[in-house]
Amino acid sequence: MSETTTGEIMRVKNLSKSYGDNQVLKGVDFEINKGEVKAILGPSGSGKSTLLRLMAMLEYPDSGDIYLENDRIGSSVHSGKIKHLPEKKLAIQRQEIGMVFQKFNLFPHLNALHNVMLALETVQKLSKSEAEARAEEILKRVGLEEKVKQFPSELSGGQQQRVAIARALVLNPKIMLFDEPTSALDPELVGEVLDVMENLAETGMTMVVVTHEVRFARKAAGQVTLFDDGVIVEQADPESFFTNPQHERTKKFLSHIH
Amino acid sequence: MGFDAEIFFTQLFSVAYLNGAILSVGVAIFSLILATIIGFFVALARTTGKSIVRAPASVYVWFFRAIPALLVLLIMWNAMPQVFPILRENWYTPFIAAVIGLALVESAFMSEIIRSALMSVDEGQKLAGRALGMSPLKVMTKITIPQAMRIALPPTSNEFIGLIKYSSLASVISLRELLTTAQVGVNITFRYVEYYTVAIIYYLVIVSAVTLLQGYIERKFLWTSKDAGKVPALKKLSGNRSLI
Repeated sequence: MSETTTGEIMRVKNLSKSYGDNQVLKGVDFEINKGEVKAILGPSGSGKSTLLRLMAMLEYPDSGDIYLENDRIGSSVHSGKIKHLPEKKLAIQRQEIGMVFQKFNLFPHLNALHNVMLALETVQKLSKSEAEARAEEILKRVGLEEKVKQFPSELSGGQQQRVAIARALVLNPKIMLFDEPTSALDPELVGEVLDVMENLAETGMTMVVVTHEVRFARKAAGQVTLFDDGVIVEQADPESFFTNPQHERTKKFLSHIH
Repeated sequence: MGFDAEIFFTQLFSVAYLNGAILSVGVAIFSLILATIIGFFVALARTTGKSIVRAPASVYVWFFRAIPALLVLLIMWNAMPQVFPILRENWYTPFIAAVIGLALVESAFMSEIIRSALMSVDEGQKLAGRALGMSPLKVMTKITIPQAMRIALPPTSNEFIGLIKYSSLASVISLRELLTTAQVGVNITFRYVEYYTVAIIYYLVIVSAVTLLQGYIERKFLWTSKDAGKVPALKKLSGNRSLI
């Protein structure tokens, strides 16, 4: 089952998903190399978030395969038939993939430190002191060492999203998925989150970022993808994508956001 | 025959009333615990997608919401031992019968409180827990239940107060709880005002204590760091006291 090319970390093959009569993903193929940052742009309702949720194994695809470092994830093949993995097995695989949500989804009953510690203690079975040390270190990395005792309701949106990034990062995932991480933020708070993400990209983290932030796509992404109507329309490096788009659909989309 | 303060105070501090109050509170506490456990699983069953699980849970809620608590208590004490010989043994006291009977009725109501509390937890919370690799059980115990508890707490306190009052129904199965104690005293002395006033005072004290407890627990669910700030001060205080 060697689906991997050199340096490839994740591959998505012919992924399809429908909700009722609405086909959201129509056979999506793409791969991402280790250390690469891929920005996915596209209009609302084009299926970008669904794609990320399938990659994070939070939902089952109707058809298609996902591979993480050579290994099929989310499903298994038995005598030619593809079977979805049960929730318990998915839970183990999900630790390899970090996910950051548009609305942060921090746990309101836990302070910043305990939000980050929770999975370390309950999933990775680290001791409390070990988990605390790791969580403190990662919160420091996102610039929140002063806020460890604060609860989500006491943090700004930007700080909450930075805690959410730290919470995903602390499990040492092989890839980080960001689902419109700055869309729910006030404009003045977008910068601090993008800074954290740019720093993360510089450390060599593999990232897939669904975003409307052209600045981030230009500056930090190795590849920019336009996603529309359940398919990938165009993929290119930022320079070509923004200055010399090949498809009419891309030109039209860029004319709206510039 | 005016108000006799001596009778009033003698009864207020009598062992009989204290025992009655303890029984009333005891029945309420144990039946609430049992009702919460049953209610939790009924609520879970009612929120699953499988109709084979959902249907019996719905029937359970329908049945026990419809039957008067008094009738359930009479059935528990009089009818059940006729059907199940094990219930004719000495361990099956009016207290146990009252706890089980009230818990069965209460669980139907608690299941609705718990169901609405569980449903009020944002879907994104479960999604975030799953994304972190947490198993469904861990998501439930570490994320959903702690958040649902905050929602369920005020109505559960209401139910608890209701149960303390419902425990007076257990007089029909010869449980000598608070109100029965008053009634027995009245039957002997005809001092209605003094005996009933004592009962009122006991109920007021009990419900005040429950209200204070509710406030205390609700403060634990504020989810702010201000509470955490108070802890060192408290520790310091108790530390000083131990030095003295």
